[in-house]
Amino acid sequence: MAQMRIRVPKTAKPGEVVEIRTLAMHPMVRGGRNDATGVVTPRRIINTFRAVYGGEEIFRMDLSQGIATNPYIAFTTVARETGDILFEWHEDGGAVFAKTVRLIVQ
Amino acid sequence: MNEDSDSPLRRFRPTRRAVVVGGGALIVGAGVPGAMAAKPLSPAILKATGGAIPKEGRIKIDIPRISESGNSVAMGIVVDSPMTTADHVKSIDIVAPRNPFPNVARFHIGPRAGRAKVSTNIRLALTQDVYAVAAMSDGSFWMAHQEVLVTIAACIDGGM
Repeated sequence: MAQMRIRVPKTAKPGEVVEIRTLAMHPMVRGGRNDATGVVTPRRIINTFRAVYGGEEIFRMDLSQGIATNPYIAFTTVARETGDILFEWHEDGGAVFAKTVRLIVQ
Repeated sequence: MNEDSDSPLRRFRPTRRAVVVGGGALIVGAGVPGAMAAKPLSPAILKATGGAIPKEGRIKIDIPRISESGNSVAMGIVVDSPMTTADHVKSIDIVAPRNPFPNVARFHIGPRAGRAKVSTNIRLALTQDVYAVAAMSDGSFWMAHQEVLVTIAACIDGGM
């Protein structure tokens, strides 16, 4: 199971733009044929990342094999109300890794 | 001078001029804007815009000019936009035209982002211009690019 790390400010003022930084420990296997052995490795990457805050999708990213091992993704959002932000990493094959982080707005 | 008009060289001249003019007409006919004539747009950029030709500007790319390894290159993108409901960035694409898969990533954002600022780590197969292409809520597209010199490339091994 991949390990996911998220950095969100503990508290924010209403209307403040906060930066959210995420790091997924994932090999991002490009897939392809190994010329020496002839073995074909299937692609296994995180193909989609999304964040949902207050029931609304605030960010989504489509990834390809051009994203590095252990994908780092940073973006911003406007702090509105105290609530959980749900993060989802979708892997080839259908596995979804999810994590929530609470943002306190005061 | 009159002797020249009878020489084979003199007779050939108009033909050569026609070829040059014809070549110029071909470039204009292809619809490449004058400024871009030297460097045609990558098909991957047109794929990102759905065929539209993006304008240069409004985007700041933060990426190292020299990267020792193409396996992981930190890239930050900031688009100049008020990020209001009426005027915001809808999506940002990263395009590395010389990668085996040039359309590297797309970020979907909107007014809830507050700012149009994203970062990630990309793989670069070799030295190349890396592009960021932004789609605005008014339907316009903007782009910027930065050359990255890669001293040890990614993606040259057996595909792992």
